[in-house]
Amino acid sequence: MPVSREDVEYVANLARIQLTEEEKDTLTSQLSSILHHIEKLNELDIEGVEPTFHVLDVTNVFREDEVRPSLPSEETLKNAPARDGDFFKVPKIIE
Amino acid sequence: MKTNKKEGADPSGLTAHELHDLMQLGQLRCTDLVRAVFARIDRVEPKVKAYLCLFKENALEQAARVDEKIERGDELGPLEGIPVALKDVLCTLEGETTCASRILKGFRAPYEATVVRRLRESGAISIGKTNLDEFAMGSSTENSAFQITANPWDLSRVPGGSSGGSAAAVAADETIVALGSDTGGSIRQPAALCGIVGLKPTYGRVSRYGLVAFASSLDQIGPMAKDVKDIALMMNAIGGKDPLDSTSANIPVPDFLTALARDLSGTKIGVPKEYFGEGIDDDVRESVERAADRMKNCGAEIVEVSLPHTEYAIPVYYIVANAEASANLARYDGVKYGFRFHDANDTLAMYEKTKSHGFGQEVKRRIMLGTYALSSGYYDAYYLKAQKVRTLFRHDFEKVFSVCDALIMPTSPTPAFRIGEKTDDPLKMYLSDVFTISANLAGLPALSIPCGYSKEGLPIGLQIMAKPFDEVTVLRVASAYEQNRGERLGKPPLDGDEEN
Repeated sequence: MPVSREDVEYVANLARIQLTEEEKDTLTSQLSSILHHIEKLNELDIEGVEPTFHVLDVTNVFREDEVRPSLPSEETLKNAPARDGDFFKVPKIIE
Repeated sequence: MKTNKKEGADPSGLTAHELHDLMQLGQLRCTDLVRAVFARIDRVEPKVKAYLCLFKENALEQAARVDEKIERGDELGPLEGIPVALKDVLCTLEGETTCASRILKGFRAPYEATVVRRLRESGAISIGKTNLDEFAMGSSTENSAFQITANPWDLSRVPGGSSGGSAAAVAADETIVALGSDTGGSIRQPAALCGIVGLKPTYGRVSRYGLVAFASSLDQIGPMAKDVKDIALMMNAIGGKDPLDSTSANIPVPDFLTALARDLSGTKIGVPKEYFGEGIDDDVRESVERAADRMKNCGAEIVEVSLPHTEYAIPVYYIVANAEASANLARYDGVKYGFRFHDANDTLAMYEKTKSHGFGQEVKRRIMLGTYALSSGYYDAYYLKAQKVRTLFRHDFEKVFSVCDALIMPTSPTPAFRIGEKTDDPLKMYLSDVFTISANLAGLPALSIPCGYSKEGLPIGLQIMAKPFDEVTVLRVASAYEQNRGERLGKPPLDGDEEN
């Protein structure tokens, strides 16, 4: 099933990536050809097959609910592109 | 062409276990070893460009402390004083952790990866971060935002990827051992193309804490080295459950050194027919067939088997890996760390322009593919379907491992291709992963070991796979083959003064 330019724009919006017009063209054709290759999976009968989300049989890996030291605030802020005291500063979110 | 130049007095050409013995006997000072490795780096890095950064000062300080230990007569651990290179997708407290991406240029990790800590505690000396395809997405290391790494065997060719920097560094003696990561073949394929040994452990065998995530159900960290014994030593140091990684397995780690063997009597080795079909270079096929004969000579029984869903591995991988990647890379938004596009009026514009300017083309392509596959209306048709086919792979392997102990096949259908040869067609690049991705999809341990050269003198790798958590069998088959290989292996012709 070919991917349309509108599909690419919609997906780019979901992924929060801004694409140039040229990138949109290239991606439309590349994604179409990759997805066409993936259509191969339709040859298989997967009726009643359980999905493998994880190869290991582990569930609910918990630890005791004890308070432990966490990453100090200063460490978490040291790579901040913009900072105001203990806050990460960002452009306006709400009008 | 390969050469047979003797290493002479240069310790950078030796293995970790050889160096351990020399240092313990007082015949080599650790400081001299580290200096020799950095001198080697100075000489060949302009050609190879394996490293993104080096930790010279810290390394020499640590080496001095190892020398003090030796002078006191203390016993050295097996990896103590051994230089190790780290793929720049592993968080280190030293230097930057960039994942070869502009979006993380300047990022200094606030914590270190568990494997990095374990190596440090074993006394190994981190000497630098190696180049990779951006966010581990690629098979040639050409997708790095910063530099192209060349294959030490032929500088016009790729070292493979995504752990191309680590592979090239080991092959060029710019480190003794290295760590890489493998999501679809990223340790094994560059190991094959660079003529070294690389192991992808079973999923869950090694902690992923501090590994920048690409595809969380497929990623594994693993060792890259010059021989199988060094791989075993590395696995002893890094393997085992980690409370900081809930996907790490609660399975005891054997002493992998006990796996090393000279003989394969009683071992059944399967040759899956789907891995020997079309599209494989003649040299690769012959080399792997010769390896099978060698294994027969040391007592193995070779059995033909079938993995009928092999042709569906690539479509499954490219849905699952990219869907998971699209979720894992959503965090790079310019808010808390990394690159931020500052000239934005609101946060949405900041996200969009940060990603647009920060990510390379391959990363964008995979995020788009993954987002599409997970989007409303397509989840069942793509991601869910792919995960069901993944179950069919696991069943194929379960059947096969009921009749044999290990599988052998080529690691890569061809030896190293030329820089730029596959960059215009992403699908062509993806198809070179065909032999490696099944092990990630099924969670199996898999290793690549050199088994010969092509007519142009390019290394060829043999791949060995076994059941989940059976690295012991992988290492046993690999070491017995290594002892009985019968091929003369040399070093890449990097210095101007090599004899041919």
